[in-house]
Amino acid sequence: MTERAPSPLLLIHPSRGLIDEKFSVIVQHLPPFIEITLHALIHSDDGDLWEAFGHYVSDATGLVNVDSNASLGGTYDGLEPMGLLWSMRPVPGSRLGLRLRKKEVNTPVVVTISVYRGHMGQGFNEQTALASVVAERWYMAPGVRRLDITEAGVTGTLFLPSGPGPFPALLDLWGGGGGLVEYRSALLASHGFASLALEYMTPRTSGDSTSHVGNEYFEAAFTLLKQHPQVCGDRIAIVGLSFGASVALGMAVYSTVIQPRCLVCVSCSHVQPVKGSLSDVFADISKNAQNTRYDEENRVIWRDLLLPIPTDPTKKVDMGKLPCPVLLIVGEDDQNWPATESAEDMKQMMEKAGNSHLLTTLSYPGTGHLIEPPYSPHVRVSNFMMTQTRQKILVLWGGDTAPHSHAQEDSWKKTITFLEEHLYRTTSVTSQSQL
Amino acid sequence: MFPNKLLSSTMATISPLLSVKPTRGLVDEKIQIIVRNVPPRFPVTLHSLFHSEDKDYWEAFGHYTSDNRGTVTVSEHASVGGTYEGTEPMGLLWSMHPAPGSRTGLRLRKMNVLTPMVVHISVYSGHVTEGFSKQSPLATVDIERWYLAPGVRRIDIRDEEVKGTLFIPPGPGPFPGVLDLWGGGGGLVEYRSALLASHGFVSMALEYISTEKNRASNLHIKYFEKAFRIVQEHPLVMKDSVALFGLSLGTSITLHMAAYSKAVSPRCCVCVSGMTDTELNTNYIFKGGRILGGVIWKDIMLPIPTDPGLKVDMGRIKCPVILIVGEDDQNLAAVESAEDLTQMMRAAGNEHLLTTFRYPGAGHLIEPPYTPHVRASKFMVHQTGEKVTMLWGGYPKPHASAQEDSWEKILRFLQQHLYPSQDSVPKAKL
Repeated sequence: MTERAPSPLLLIHPSRGLIDEKFSVIVQHLPPFIEITLHALIHSDDGDLWEAFGHYVSDATGLVNVDSNASLGGTYDGLEPMGLLWSMRPVPGSRLGLRLRKKEVNTPVVVTISVYRGHMGQGFNEQTALASVVAERWYMAPGVRRLDITEAGVTGTLFLPSGPGPFPALLDLWGGGGGLVEYRSALLASHGFASLALEYMTPRTSGDSTSHVGNEYFEAAFTLLKQHPQVCGDRIAIVGLSFGASVALGMAVYSTVIQPRCLVCVSCSHVQPVKGSLSDVFADISKNAQNTRYDEENRVIWRDLLLPIPTDPTKKVDMGKLPCPVLLIVGEDDQNWPATESAEDMKQMMEKAGNSHLLTTLSYPGTGHLIEPPYSPHVRVSNFMMTQTRQKILVLWGGDTAPHSHAQEDSWKKTITFLEEHLYRTTSVTSQSQL
Repeated sequence: MFPNKLLSSTMATISPLLSVKPTRGLVDEKIQIIVRNVPPRFPVTLHSLFHSEDKDYWEAFGHYTSDNRGTVTVSEHASVGGTYEGTEPMGLLWSMHPAPGSRTGLRLRKMNVLTPMVVHISVYSGHVTEGFSKQSPLATVDIERWYLAPGVRRIDIRDEEVKGTLFIPPGPGPFPGVLDLWGGGGGLVEYRSALLASHGFVSMALEYISTEKNRASNLHIKYFEKAFRIVQEHPLVMKDSVALFGLSLGTSITLHMAAYSKAVSPRCCVCVSGMTDTELNTNYIFKGGRILGGVIWKDIMLPIPTDPGLKVDMGRIKCPVILIVGEDDQNLAAVESAEDLTQMMRAAGNEHLLTTFRYPGAGHLIEPPYTPHVRASKFMVHQTGEKVTMLWGGYPKPHASAQEDSWEKILRFLQQHLYPSQDSVPKAKL
């Protein structure tokens, strides 16, 4: 039997990490100064394959370390320790318009990391790797508890951190895509916040496919959290993205029941009929449907549906009345909502009213609409199901992969710090957070 | 287990943020524990709790005072009391001991490596020394400690007479191999092999002293040669890169094979807490009796015989050897034996193959790091069927340091010698 060359030693640390934890990837015992490709592969819950790869050259000792060596090409380049995760995209030949979202949060995302000889750009499944290891990426830390919520007319999932509590809590609102999206709440609970992922867009919740839930639905959800034995009733915040952020702003200003300690609003707008319900918001947007634009590949750009920002005060949330701190996260290349214009208008309203000390805005160039927890793949475009018509279209979200991924990393870190500052500090904070 | 006392929000003036990273780690990975958001200069107790497979509770704790920002960083701050003192990042794990009221003579060993050890790390208000289960902690984080990295495969080996468990790293290989030999306690102990496979070695844990009534022990050299071949001939193993790893009696077997076997040739040897006695059948040890309520075997073996017929001829060793010795080993005369075998090698001219690490205050059971040290524990003497309390030796802190340092040195030694390098002459220098 001829002796094969030894497998180089590939080590990922930690091999079981949380989704937002960094990992180190080190290859040892390579020949010196050879070209290799580091490759990452995920087999998604939906059965699709996603991959990323970077080109490296081993040093004189036969070592490659992504923390200190730059990628010379691939799906990412430069010194990017986490590039193997955030630059993933569907493998050639995949269905169009995919988005990688973990539905089952009790299990990890399993990533296979491999080393290949040479600088490869394709055909990874036809070659034998030099070495291959498995890393797990978890949305749930050990001890986090997941509870189905179906009481008080509210549908959602509550994630509780480990420990006796009580804990500060979050109402977690996603956007127009609807459904019950749990992963952000699972991760927030892993950081010490009781987090309720709320389902509010789908017909099941509202009973009738053409109507939406009323404001009292959100108030019921907030009250449920407030009364939960393991929640500190006076330390509840709302985290919202897109439509969810609009709901958050409207509720915080106009609801007497919903009194959040602070808000995190990602990719949002304050433009909505004042004191309107969700149905009113949709109706208003539909009126502007003719403002829908299309890019060169016929994908839908919806950012103009809320433009121009109205001057009529009945058509937007009165930000001057916002009673609590708000962290606004804006992608400057958001093609879905006019986040930049809205942020600018909100700032002006608050400066005029004298409460702009409550506002902290994080604005990221090259960043699109879907600003999510870090190190999961960015998509510029994906399939979107219209809730009412059940029609599937391709929507342009915006953003370029590298700046968008850096924005996710930076904004997530700042989101956690902001929430800790406002929900864990023993004295209430009304000044602008020092991020 | 904890009475679920809920603090009302009016009482909860202290809501600390407790973070432990990584939340899921390998047993030999360090953890970072940080407590934030307690009042400044506030006394707290950090506590660890583990419910073993044998249903015993093990715990450790350290007393801290937060700094001016209300933070405790375990890797930077000193514990001023508890089961460990000083700046000890891993103290909450290695200083664990059975909780008050436990059975005596316990030893913490994970027998099922497919599941992790789940440890509860908590922070309590004040400097608490007992009654942890009766108080509600301020915060708790659960962590997992794994012997097995994701992707490592576990394979039962029941090949003719050989009984063992093979652990194979993920990937196409080929990999270096290890035959992993524990000591006289017998049975099939998998965790060290699982951990070695998590570091890129194909490793087989071998049972040679049976704990079953209908299976005989086998201490014949042919049995070990057969086991070695199973590792060596595995399609994913580099046949010229297989090591022997022994602890205690396993070391005797390792040295015996390295010196005398005509059938197999290890690339290098790891010898922990062992001696060079040639009698693989260790009946002569059992002439000893109970001493001081426990059994101390070390003195029975002294003095080291001068008759070369009673010891492995170390001059015949042709491969690098790393020797790990606890200076407070109360079970075997490891220190004296180390000196004796060094002299044998010096006289034979092959001392350059030997690297020895001696650890003051360390006992016999030098295992992978960050698991609790026990100075004595219950031991079944298989040959006589007696259950005794065996004195292993060592003290918690120096023994823990020895485990941490020796494991790192062992892994580096194995990597250095099992991966072919440009220079083909084996060197024992690290």
